[in-house]
Amino acid sequence: MSSKVLASKTMASKTLPSRTLPGEALRNIVPPIVLALVLILCWQGLHLATASGAISSPAATLARLVVLMGSGRFWLDVAETGTAFAWALVLSIVLGIGLGVALALLRPVGEVMEPILVTFYSLPKVTLYPLVLLIFGLGMPAKIAFGIMHGLVPITLLTRNAITQLKPVYLRTAKVMRLSAFEAVRSVVLPAIIPELVAGIRIGFSLSLLGVLIGEMFASKRGLGFTAVNAMGLGDLDTIMAIGVFLALFAVLANGGLLSLERAIRHRSAGR
Amino acid sequence: MTVLAMASRDAPKAAIEPPAASLRGVTRHYRFPGGAKTLHALGPIDLDLRQGEFFSVVGPSGCGKSTLLDVLAGLNPPSEGTASFEGKPIAGVPDGIGVVFQEDASFPWLTVEANVAFGLKRAGIGQAEIDRRVDYAVGFMGLRDFRQSYPAQLSGGMRQRVCIARTLVLQPRLILLDEPFGALDQQTRLIMGDELLRLWRETRATVLLITHSLDEAAMLADRVGVMSARPGLFIDIIETGWPSDRDSRIVADPRFGEMTGRIWEKLRTETMKHMQTQGAGPR
Repeated sequence: MSSKVLASKTMASKTLPSRTLPGEALRNIVPPIVLALVLILCWQGLHLATASGAISSPAATLARLVVLMGSGRFWLDVAETGTAFAWALVLSIVLGIGLGVALALLRPVGEVMEPILVTFYSLPKVTLYPLVLLIFGLGMPAKIAFGIMHGLVPITLLTRNAITQLKPVYLRTAKVMRLSAFEAVRSVVLPAIIPELVAGIRIGFSLSLLGVLIGEMFASKRGLGFTAVNAMGLGDLDTIMAIGVFLALFAVLANGGLLSLERAIRHRSAGR
Repeated sequence: MTVLAMASRDAPKAAIEPPAASLRGVTRHYRFPGGAKTLHALGPIDLDLRQGEFFSVVGPSGCGKSTLLDVLAGLNPPSEGTASFEGKPIAGVPDGIGVVFQEDASFPWLTVEANVAFGLKRAGIGQAEIDRRVDYAVGFMGLRDFRQSYPAQLSGGMRQRVCIARTLVLQPRLILLDEPFGALDQQTRLIMGDELLRLWRETRATVLLITHSLDEAAMLADRVGVMSARPGLFIDIIETGWPSDRDSRIVADPRFGEMTGRIWEKLRTETMKHMQTQGAGPR
């Protein structure tokens, strides 16, 4: 039997995914839209149920958001929060992956460090905020540090777990290819754990954003967190809700993008 | 040593040429975690792999076959004794040795073509030479139509072909195969065996194949090493005497049955010993 015949014979029934059909696209789009509508209806219901006006209506929130988005001050706050968040996320990813790789390669150290990191992860980070202020003072560095404190641990733990669960044959292959430790990590270990890394980054993304916002709420004069707390002091419910909706939309869109990326990578590597 | 009354193609050559790889008094002990106890897994083993021969190793489960391969590959140093490749002691993975593992070692994030080129790129070989070797290897292994496919889109047999092609492009002088067809069905194994013989004839490399299949060992090899239950020792090395242009049709030859019978006779006692130590012996 020729190689070609065998190849055809042994080619699995697995075939490339066909292009998404319009019907399939609808099936992907309709449920989130329906969910959003249900949430808005619930929100309206809650607004009506709380007669004291503890929750702004969707319409009032949207109107306030439009006003906010038309003001220069709002975009300065967005830029401030965005800068702190971008730094926190990038540093969480770089440090988290580096630390995760190191803890996976230095197995005894990793086994000691994992429970410590899990304990730290479960601590309310607000309790450590005075310490962060003492070290970094008021301003951008403290906000970034607070973002990292939230985002670093999940990325580290997921990276370490992904490497420790890596198929040993990949590392043996790297050895027989005579790759250096650095080259093995760069060209075998990291590509092999990309789906888990994206999942870790997705979780780290949300937590870093949360950390930065909490940081702004406690000790800052700028940023969306500060504006929200300021509005809380003034009893300006529409602004609080508008900022909440703006952040939620940003988080949902970014998270959806990362989730799609993760699914695409996992689909491609489905044979593992 | 049992030798069939048939001339091996390499018999005169073996007397002249130095061995491709040698093991002298090689043993391997493993220490149990946290204890002073050790497990004697292998040896002492003395073995010379002749230049360009196809050598199969069979033995009961857990007898140290894969440990033997690891020692030869430089993945696992011997506890005692010396291992050498082309006259030089093995310390780390030597240049010129290629290994194909039992598990699917294809990289799922790379296409077939990129998988095959992987080792060449890391070895700093020029792009033109990479293209030439990859083109040859994917053609040789029947993967030409699947160059841009990902491993997840291929069957188990084809993924193993990708791994063999990835080893082949590095032009190893000693190819170590650790039950590479273990996960495949019998028919595909026979066909893959033919491919392997074709590869061996083409490259003139020395091949060491670890296998559980007596048929596979007898069909493919110039010599079959039969190992004892743990600690693994060679209890016999049998010359098959097959012609070099053999293929899977040899299984229909009456001498093939005689050969597998001879190997099984040696192996049966050892397998029963292994089963008894595992508490699964015949009642």
